[in-house]
Amino acid sequence: MTLKTFKIGGIHPPENKITEDRAVQSCPLPKQAVVLLAQHIGAPAEIQVKVGDEVKVGTLVGKAPGLISANIHSPVSGKVKKIDTRTDASGYPKTAILIDVVGDDWDPEVGEAGQYEWNKRPLKTDIQATGDEIRAALAAAGVVGMGGAAFPTNVKYMVPPGKTAEYLIINGVECEPYLTADHRLMVELPDEVLVGTEILRRALGVEKAIIGIEANKPDALRIMAERVKSYPNIQVQGLVVKYPQGAEKQLVKALTGREVPSGMLPLDVGCVVNNVGTAQAAYLAVQYKRPFVDRILTVTGTSVKNPGNYLVRLGTPISQVIELAGGLPEDAGKIILGGPMMGKAVSTTDTPVGKGTSGILILNKAQAKRPAVEPCIRCSKCVTVCPMGLEPYLLSEMAKQNRFEEAEARGLMDCVECGSCSFTCPSHRDLVDWLRYGKARVLANRRKGK
Amino acid sequence: MITVYAVLTLGGLAVLFAVLLFVVSKRFHVTEDPRKVEVEAMLPGINCGACGFPGCPGMAAALVKGADDGDISHLVCPPGGASTMEAIGSYFGLTVGQATPMVAVLRCNGSCDNAPAKSTYDGPTSCAVAHSLYAGESGCPFGCLGDGDCEVACEFDALHMNPVTGLPEVDEEKCTACNKCVIACPRNLFELRPIGKKSRRVFVACRSTEKGVVSKSHCQVSCIACTKCAQVCPVDAIPIVNNLAYIDPVKCIACGKCVPVCPTGAILATFPVKPLAPKVSADAATE
Repeated sequence: MTLKTFKIGGIHPPENKITEDRAVQSCPLPKQAVVLLAQHIGAPAEIQVKVGDEVKVGTLVGKAPGLISANIHSPVSGKVKKIDTRTDASGYPKTAILIDVVGDDWDPEVGEAGQYEWNKRPLKTDIQATGDEIRAALAAAGVVGMGGAAFPTNVKYMVPPGKTAEYLIINGVECEPYLTADHRLMVELPDEVLVGTEILRRALGVEKAIIGIEANKPDALRIMAERVKSYPNIQVQGLVVKYPQGAEKQLVKALTGREVPSGMLPLDVGCVVNNVGTAQAAYLAVQYKRPFVDRILTVTGTSVKNPGNYLVRLGTPISQVIELAGGLPEDAGKIILGGPMMGKAVSTTDTPVGKGTSGILILNKAQAKRPAVEPCIRCSKCVTVCPMGLEPYLLSEMAKQNRFEEAEARGLMDCVECGSCSFTCPSHRDLVDWLRYGKARVLANRRKGK
Repeated sequence: MITVYAVLTLGGLAVLFAVLLFVVSKRFHVTEDPRKVEVEAMLPGINCGACGFPGCPGMAAALVKGADDGDISHLVCPPGGASTMEAIGSYFGLTVGQATPMVAVLRCNGSCDNAPAKSTYDGPTSCAVAHSLYAGESGCPFGCLGDGDCEVACEFDALHMNPVTGLPEVDEEKCTACNKCVIACPRNLFELRPIGKKSRRVFVACRSTEKGVVSKSHCQVSCIACTKCAQVCPVDAIPIVNNLAYIDPVKCIACGKCVPVCPTGAILATFPVKPLAPKVSADAATE
């Protein structure tokens, strides 16, 4: 198989995939689940329960108020203890439903999925649902993109008039260092991923789906390429290892050769991109009517005693998952939700696992220390590695000086926040921090303008 | 010969351009009101915009226009203060508006001791960036982040970060109430309040609208909305909205009665306040 990749920029950070051979284990249920109402992009869900209510696994506890939102289901069975605020990955207190866990009873409507162990579910390859039914099932199950941004999945499959989709692209790249959750998913549940891909392909109404997998996952690539033979409309494509290949615009370029123009979406060049985890969640949502209540995530770090991949119920505090991996190491310097490149540090281990949590990375003190920022030496390394062809040194300085309009004119909003510029900068400049800030301010100004 | 040609050509060009410049300067002459230039010279010249006009030239133009209409009482230069406005008033021979002298006040007392850090921020030294990332080192989502955006914004050297408390301090002598720190603070912690008679001011140094238990868990001097201050206030100047007390600077008579009754010490006064009788303060301490 010839390996493909994208052209502009990119870096090769140390991969550190220490958990790639560790099979997925089930994480025990928490004593109390913290169910956040905003685990996705868009409006927070509206609370459907009150204190004292009995809930089962899969009971709808938060209802999507609009299109860009997602249903939230109880990930545990038990009693609603309190409706309060808890710090989430954003670093701010957000509304959460606290559920005291009693047993593990599944809601009768989704009971079938609860009968089986996660890796012993019989495979349902027969897809009966039509496109609309698939979209409805995705919305009902609260499926959101599992790559990190947590965009409601059903919305991606509503192609607006005037646009046509040609390819469904399934992202098995997992280019973030350390993370191996998607890798293990493809190794352990390849058929669920493939049926999920087939379901999403039908929802989109396209002829061809391509699953992109980087060459640093040879076992996943081999297994997926083997199993895909029974799916004539799906192709598995190996990719050269390069960060940020998992960013959707880079992946579209790598797999189809098409370039997404500035300010546009992959759909504008006929592509829809979703993660392998999302495909598997879609499989469960459509074939089993099973809501999104758990996900696989990687707990990792060089100092972690027992790093691994765990199937965790949403709402489990990360402290408990860390405990399972051998506890917080003594030299822990930073806890990051997600990978080291794009993940976000948390300020408390009470933060619960959400739909978009792809990993928990614990850096030791030496790794976590940010070197002092030194003056820019105009080496233009950041320009060379930027996968979007931007000038990070200039944009970050403009953002710092509140010159947002100028920065916007120079393509600030095309930044995918991949962090390649900060990674490569020999002066350790905080480039991506300022780019992210600038983008947030531009978006805030746009909202004000409206 | 060449020398002669050169002199003639350049000399001729010089004469031509001189004539051209003379004609242009006469033809396109702009008469600027000399009063505007003189008034602008009286203004502080820092273009802060606190007057509501785009910088000092804008204010000067507005003053001249006001003087033509015979009324400049609605125009005030906050950083210039009363002396500037009186000078301008006597220049025009008109009465000037009376601006209440104001000063910037920090509505947070979450110092390193009062609101101990539970995490460490190591991103760019900027409150704006820190604010976009998380609640802050103490965990209080309303409190001062301590990265000094206000210090950078202040053009009068009136604001300095105190390295011991981690909070900015306002130099009342230098502060001109230009509003720049109010805009710079991403958490809106600064408020312009009247300086008050003999610089006597009382204010709630907290902006947290969290429930008392929660805000107290971040910071021991947070307002917990216990309403004790509102009960003791003789002029009914302390409304409590959203779990937070606010002292209305217009109604407040700076009696200082609310300061000792506050169980958390969230109310600060710029003058010494007599503490409560020991018995009562013991009660307050057990709260």
